[in-house]
Amino acid sequence: MSILIDKRTRVVTQGITGKTGQFHTRGCRDYALGRECFVAGVNPKKAGEDFEGIPIFATVREAKRQTGVNASVIYVPPAGAAEAIWEAVEAELDLVVCITEGIPVRDMIVVRDRMRKANSRTILLGPNCPGLITPEEIKIGIMPGHIHRKGRIGVVSRSGTLTYEAVGQLTEMGLGQSSAVGIGGDPVNGLKHIDVLRLFNDDPQTDAVIMIGEIGGGDEEVAAAWAKDNMKKPVVGFIAGVTAPPGKRMGHAGAIISGGKGTAQEKLDAMEAAGIRTTKNPSELGKLLQSALK
Amino acid sequence: MKIHEYQGKDILRRYGVPVPRGEPAYSVEEAVAVAQRLGGPVWVVKAQIHAGGRGKGGGVKLARSLEEVRAHAQAILGMQLVTHQTGPHGQKVRRLLIEEGADIRKELYVGMVVDRATQKVCLMASSEGGMDIEEVAAHTPEKIHRIAIDPASGLGDADADKVALAIGIPQAALAQARAALQGLHRAFWETDASLAEINPLVLTGDGRVVALDAKFNFDSNALFRHPELVALRDLDEEDPAEIAASKFDLSYIQLDGDIGCLVNGAGLAMATMDTIKLYGGTPANFLDVGGGATAEKVTEAFKIMLGSSHVKAILVNIFGGIMKCDTIAEGVIAASRAVKLAVPLVVRMKGTNEAIGRKMLADSGLPIISADTMAEAAQRVVAATRHADAATGAVSRGAQA
Repeated sequence: MSILIDKRTRVVTQGITGKTGQFHTRGCRDYALGRECFVAGVNPKKAGEDFEGIPIFATVREAKRQTGVNASVIYVPPAGAAEAIWEAVEAELDLVVCITEGIPVRDMIVVRDRMRKANSRTILLGPNCPGLITPEEIKIGIMPGHIHRKGRIGVVSRSGTLTYEAVGQLTEMGLGQSSAVGIGGDPVNGLKHIDVLRLFNDDPQTDAVIMIGEIGGGDEEVAAAWAKDNMKKPVVGFIAGVTAPPGKRMGHAGAIISGGKGTAQEKLDAMEAAGIRTTKNPSELGKLLQSALK
Repeated sequence: MKIHEYQGKDILRRYGVPVPRGEPAYSVEEAVAVAQRLGGPVWVVKAQIHAGGRGKGGGVKLARSLEEVRAHAQAILGMQLVTHQTGPHGQKVRRLLIEEGADIRKELYVGMVVDRATQKVCLMASSEGGMDIEEVAAHTPEKIHRIAIDPASGLGDADADKVALAIGIPQAALAQARAALQGLHRAFWETDASLAEINPLVLTGDGRVVALDAKFNFDSNALFRHPELVALRDLDEEDPAEIAASKFDLSYIQLDGDIGCLVNGAGLAMATMDTIKLYGGTPANFLDVGGGATAEKVTEAFKIMLGSSHVKAILVNIFGGIMKCDTIAEGVIAASRAVKLAVPLVVRMKGTNEAIGRKMLADSGLPIISADTMAEAAQRVVAATRHADAATGAVSRGAQA
């Protein structure tokens, strides 16, 4: 088993005809059981055509009706990406993975508000994320599939390449992954660390979790506080940005609002206090995880 | 993206938030002319730079005559204004705002930011205006009032009034305060701001509510739909290296250390900096090359890093996902030749076509130091800077002898 996606997931690609969409749709289709999983694309102007055999529909709803998709992946450019998320939510898919980087924050505030008010049960991952993978079954996103191995370690991270770094270390040590999830680096997003930890906690095929965070916001602290009382499996972690200059990316007022939270050290302290072992050396994440398994 | 106070006040004015009458000035003569047009008896001469704390640094002066306006303008224009936000070198003052003085009875604070937790715009307000709001938050957090604003309906009358009363706006001025708060919110929302602050918002002796300052930051991802804001950008206020980097789609931040870093992905870039620090080095910059490390991009990145004279070595750390390691190797080799690289270069590549890429680096004839892990790369680049130090030390000792 795994979390969020497996070989039964059926995916529609929004933005399948753009350069990025084409490139990564090929990558996803060619990975493991991708040919069975990636069954539809959306482009209102090219409905009825196909992308290398994958049929293109005018709308997500139409793609769902015709092919039974339950998940979508979005490569639509920033200006239209939030609307693309909403279209997938309205079609009542189970999961929407938004890869697009550079969506205006205001657009995300609006779409998240609409999702809350509609009591939507659609799960959003991203935006500005690498996507997620259940190794040797399905990958939805832009990560290099070949560095992953099937196994029992969960990985959750805000950063794309840092996720690959952790996965690469695990695979080299012979530790496979149940699922690896990139939640993305945007301030207003869907799934957060706490949500993914919950899913890994409930997944009988996951034994332990690597949690990778970075400076800004208070999500890692919230996840750590939850893990302290609820997590039944070992979690190890790393926070990027110990050396980042304060105030460069986070406005001061933003730090106030989260009660002074946001620095790497505060996050590391919160994690350690919750029993999550951390390292300041990202090259040792794999080793740390291995030591936590014993 | 940031803008100047006078530009922020123009925006507030458009949204019905009262601000003092005033105009920008780029020279002493202009400053005096503006003061003359405004009429007396009191003016404020304000340095316009993209940093807070200008008053404490001597960048804001009260003038009671046109001669004083002239004297203050002369003193402030061209000065290196140092505040807690500018760094020790300060920022050169090239523009002034000359405005009418205000009769201040009470100073308040209002600000707006996007709150990640509620995923809404949050209004913050305090009775403690005119001072550092971080100080207020640290020492008297109970004096900061917050309200999350509904994205669909905006800031309602009841919420605006509640906040206004909480920070001590008298009943007689409530309607004005409500209009100011709602105007600020509309300005924030419609300009895609990421931060909007009025500190202080004042109550005048004759009972008016006036914004004496205006600070706006805008969401850079939304600038494509705001050409009117892009036109307000002042390149003099930005780091030249960061401007050069942005032209090539490189995300770059200048730091104080001596090890240049070129990495793909923001998280990995920060982790690389952290690892350098862990092994006793100091990063000279944050640089995320994004998804495509082409020869052109790597060359530009090298040029920008080497443009800062204190860079003693460079570390390239790439996890090739989409990007293949042979493509990166090609880029690194071409860039090294193009800039005639004279400082040690450590390259760590991982991912697709790793072996081919490494062989290309080894066969290039360039003195590139290869590393397998991030830790190894950091250790090697730190060692390389120490060697560089030892070498220059030896030379200077030799010169003395």
